[in-house]
Amino acid sequence: MKITKEIIENTAHLARLELEPHEVDLYTQRIDSILQYMDSLNKLNTDGIEPTSHAVPVECVLRDDRAKRSFSVDDSLNNAPGRIGSFFQVPPVIEVEE
Amino acid sequence: MRTRCIVDYGDYESVMGLEVHAHLLTDSKIFCGCSTAFGAEPNSHTCPTCMGLPGALPVLNKKVVDFAIKVGLALHCGISNKSIFARKNYFYPDLPKGYQISQYEEPICTDGYLNIYTDGEKKRIRVNRVHMEEDAGKLVHENTIENSAYSMVDYNRSSTPLLEIVSEPDIATPEEAVTYLKMLRDILLYLEICDGNMEEGSFRCDANISVRKKGSDVLGTRTEMKNLNSFRHVEKSLDYEIERQITLIKKGGQVIQETRFFNADEGVTYSMRGKEEAHDYRYFPEPDLLPIIVDDKWIEEVRKTLPELPMEKMERFMDEYSLPKYDVEILASDKELAHYFEETIKLFPEPKTVSNWIMTELLRELKDGNVSPKDSLLPPAHLAELLTLMKDGTISIKIAKEIFPEIYKTGIAPKKLVEEKGLLQISDESTIMKTINEVIARSPKELADFRAGKEKLLGFFVGQVMKETKGQANPKLLNELLLKRLKGE
Repeated sequence: MKITKEIIENTAHLARLELEPHEVDLYTQRIDSILQYMDSLNKLNTDGIEPTSHAVPVECVLRDDRAKRSFSVDDSLNNAPGRIGSFFQVPPVIEVEE
Repeated sequence: MRTRCIVDYGDYESVMGLEVHAHLLTDSKIFCGCSTAFGAEPNSHTCPTCMGLPGALPVLNKKVVDFAIKVGLALHCGISNKSIFARKNYFYPDLPKGYQISQYEEPICTDGYLNIYTDGEKKRIRVNRVHMEEDAGKLVHENTIENSAYSMVDYNRSSTPLLEIVSEPDIATPEEAVTYLKMLRDILLYLEICDGNMEEGSFRCDANISVRKKGSDVLGTRTEMKNLNSFRHVEKSLDYEIERQITLIKKGGQVIQETRFFNADEGVTYSMRGKEEAHDYRYFPEPDLLPIIVDDKWIEEVRKTLPELPMEKMERFMDEYSLPKYDVEILASDKELAHYFEETIKLFPEPKTVSNWIMTELLRELKDGNVSPKDSLLPPAHLAELLTLMKDGTISIKIAKEIFPEIYKTGIAPKKLVEEKGLLQISDESTIMKTINEVIARSPKELADFRAGKEKLLGFFVGQVMKETKGQANPKLLNELLLKRLKGE
């Protein structure tokens, strides 16, 4: 797949990154070359090989359902940019909730 | 009777699929040990993991997997021996990590079904998948959302466990959608994995709906309905949306694929367009969690814990106790009520009588006080005792109904109350005859009219005697004796 300027701009928007015009050019070129490199893998025959989602061949570790102590409300809110009572304060969400 | 107006869809038919999010009754969250208890002080159940602080890692709660398997088995799904979590990426203040951990490509349960009764026929609604995911936090506003200068966030709900249950588009009408939801909710309640509370959001539903020309096998463009927090909302919003889509198409317009928000006060759905543009979730496998391996032994262990489910119970009740479908639908909708019924008929083996009393007298009291059958002060043994007193003629039906609220509220045994209050039915001929004679003696005009052919005056005499005996006269005996006496035999 050829990486275009539009793809980089859209991806940056989705990730809430602000890029300068010269950065858009730079990343377009770099990511394209990375993907071109990955493309060489596509030349291999992978019939019958299970897709890998994780590099380490171990299975999920589980924990028992036991509630533990949480942070105190003050600790939780310690780094908050704004606070109202026990809530985090954030810029208004204009869209209708849920 | 319901007063919903029936819409004639003309040449069109509607097709619906439902997505249900069920909150799981675990003690701790899905990926950390914070409590899931509802109603705590905001942000008091939080930690680095559920607040998405850098470096914090998720560890999966085993009970969530147990519950997912349970639901999967109850819905006849295949349980995957290996499934994986995925990241669903989007920005919203209630989602502290910037992504929701969910399942995407390889969910834990796939391809099941659920049977419902619709128009007296059994219908199979296929279930596409059941998957595990975490919930988001909660946004709170002091005024109306439009007037707020800021939003407030509570992360107590962040990372609490959910199961998403997705049906295939097999649902044809809003009524069917509600029947499906009620049956699904009953199943989750039977399994004791969700409290099913729609208002508090522990059982949430989104509905996908489209319309098409009758007979077509191509699906029309669908819209997705949100904010359906009661069964009535589900039905009303779907009714509205079907009509909206058909009207639009008939006018030559086109349905746009979008999310719509149901405004319950106006009974209308609104477009939530704008939010749609950002719906590029860029799912990818969650690198912080390893594949979930569920071996057959685990599945079989969970299978052993499955209770008899609502549909099986309904069918058994119809079969074993010859009860009508109307009765069993009510009795089997609540596991505790079904249990109450079966305990009562062990002591008073007349299923239909027991069913009638449970559905009318008992349910009225339980609903009034919002009490679960298992917490009722009137145990099955007392109901059986009351019905036995009635059957052997010790008390009349009238008295039984009259004392019901009292024995329900006080927990006093019916027999004891009847004795204490002297409510025994009068079945002694001479006692009844005495009252009959008194009534007749003071009603010469009515007696003359009766004898002249006004036979409906019998009711007057019955009423008078009942009044005198405080309703305790044996009605059958009273009728016999009264008729004899009135006719001068």
